[in-house]
Amino acid sequence: MNIELRTNWVALNTIVYREVRRFLRIWPQTLLPPAITMVLYFVIFGNLIGRQIGDMGGFTYMEYIVPGLIMMSVITNSYGNVVSSFFGSKFQRSIEELMVSPVSPHTILIGYVLGGVLRGLAVGVIVTLLSFFFTHIQVHHLGVTIVVVLLTATIFSLLGFVNAVFARNFDDISIIPTFVLTPLTYLGGVFYSIKLLPPFWQTVSLANPVLHMVNSFRYGILGVSDIQISTAITFMLLATVVLYVLCIRLLVGGRGMRA
Amino acid sequence: MSSALSIRQLTKTYGNGFQALKGIDLDVAEGDFFALLGPNGAGKSTTIGILSTLVNKTSGTVNVFGHDLDRQPAALKRNLGVVPQEFNFNQFEKTFDIVVTQAGYHGIAPKIAKERAEQYLTQLGLWEKRDVQSRELSGGMKRRLMIARALIHEPRLLILDEPTAGVDIELRRSMWTFLTELNQKGVTIILTTHYLEEAEQLCRNIGIIDHGTIVENTSMRQLLGKLHVETFLLDLKQDLPVAPTLHGYPCRLVSPHTLEVQVDKDIGITALFGQLALQNIEVQSLRNKTNRLEELFVSLVEKNLSKVAV
Repeated sequence: MNIELRTNWVALNTIVYREVRRFLRIWPQTLLPPAITMVLYFVIFGNLIGRQIGDMGGFTYMEYIVPGLIMMSVITNSYGNVVSSFFGSKFQRSIEELMVSPVSPHTILIGYVLGGVLRGLAVGVIVTLLSFFFTHIQVHHLGVTIVVVLLTATIFSLLGFVNAVFARNFDDISIIPTFVLTPLTYLGGVFYSIKLLPPFWQTVSLANPVLHMVNSFRYGILGVSDIQISTAITFMLLATVVLYVLCIRLLVGGRGMRA
Repeated sequence: MSSALSIRQLTKTYGNGFQALKGIDLDVAEGDFFALLGPNGAGKSTTIGILSTLVNKTSGTVNVFGHDLDRQPAALKRNLGVVPQEFNFNQFEKTFDIVVTQAGYHGIAPKIAKERAEQYLTQLGLWEKRDVQSRELSGGMKRRLMIARALIHEPRLLILDEPTAGVDIELRRSMWTFLTELNQKGVTIILTTHYLEEAEQLCRNIGIIDHGTIVENTSMRQLLGKLHVETFLLDLKQDLPVAPTLHGYPCRLVSPHTLEVQVDKDIGITALFGQLALQNIEVQSLRNKTNRLEELFVSLVEKNLSKVAV
């Protein structure tokens, strides 16, 4: 292995290890809150309100919302991990440790994204395990489930990175999650099928990328979906590539990092 | 001797239009202990920022051991260790983890990284603090942590941007010993400092930067040789009502028992004591008014300021 490749391989492992160590060290802030929130969703929406709602898409309401809630956790946590970790590095200037090292921008980006994906998956697994206390779910299509969850976690990790690069203070890293991510997620078919909406709002909903992710994942678990799976996966692949290129350009240009 | 650092026509203009570097040329030989001095805002940190790729240059070239900053940035960074002026590590990470993580960024395998971390933390008196979060360290310890971190990949060129700022004298002296030993082992060192005594004691060559230009780049010995007049303070045994008349030695009373005397290098200091003895003036002690390098530094910067003002 040549020196460039070896350096970047060791550096990638170091970044990922550091990222995982960070979110495990502060588990009461990273792993525990989504677990508690999702249990409350299961109890209130699934058990109490869900019984009154009845079936949706041929499944009990609890079964219907479980994939959406898992996806919601993955989205929030993969985004949150990268935005807070990378902005934290900028804020404390420890990002300079990486910038003075012979590490490729690709390695830096992949390292942070893998950190976000791993936290998203860790929380996704925790929420899935908790859902077993409330309902019984089976995986309809394992391949689609894995591809969709990985692509979603990657896309939101990349988006978190973009947010962190442009953020100049702590307000800037909470504005997007609060005013963009949360509404998109809540209106992204986590709690309902868009077939319940009037035709106009169904069309509007299709413009929401989260809807495609949630429904693709729901298809993987339950086998039902409001959208075309192949279109959704193609869109996600395209979004991953576009965001990756954007992030690399930001890193190489040193935006928000180099004077 | 080959060149450790070669800078040619380096310029930097910030986004707000401020021109921090106006085309500087600088050479530092391999194995040198080099002082880069200048007043605040002169362009020292911008130069170091460009070398460490934390600041984008506007134009010019930078070479470190033959590796060009634009064409071989990774090879350049492998040869360079930087100790910045401000703390730039994760405050919540443990001392040991910070150093080992930095080694990982340089592609050093974990086993070797841990061995080196132990070596450097021990040498810098931080091994006992290896499991302490960095935010709990004292200011001096944080500075030493940054030195250990900068050395973990064993660079051939080490740049220290005011490493002893705010550090007590005892610790400063132990850092001087450490850096001198490091230099003797072959590491080229570039130091910026506001303690001119430090630069005079440690460095063999010197560059003075002011208003984005190099106003002096020579050996320490040659520079000090330019100092024709030194100012001494004499503490007297008895108070004097007025300053005495001393031929060839302009003097004034700073206080009734402190006499300030200017000594021309060509005349020397011996005759001064003869004249004082003739006038029954007894001297208790003698000291330099300021550090010798400081006198030169101030005069060079003042000279440059008048040029800039014109």
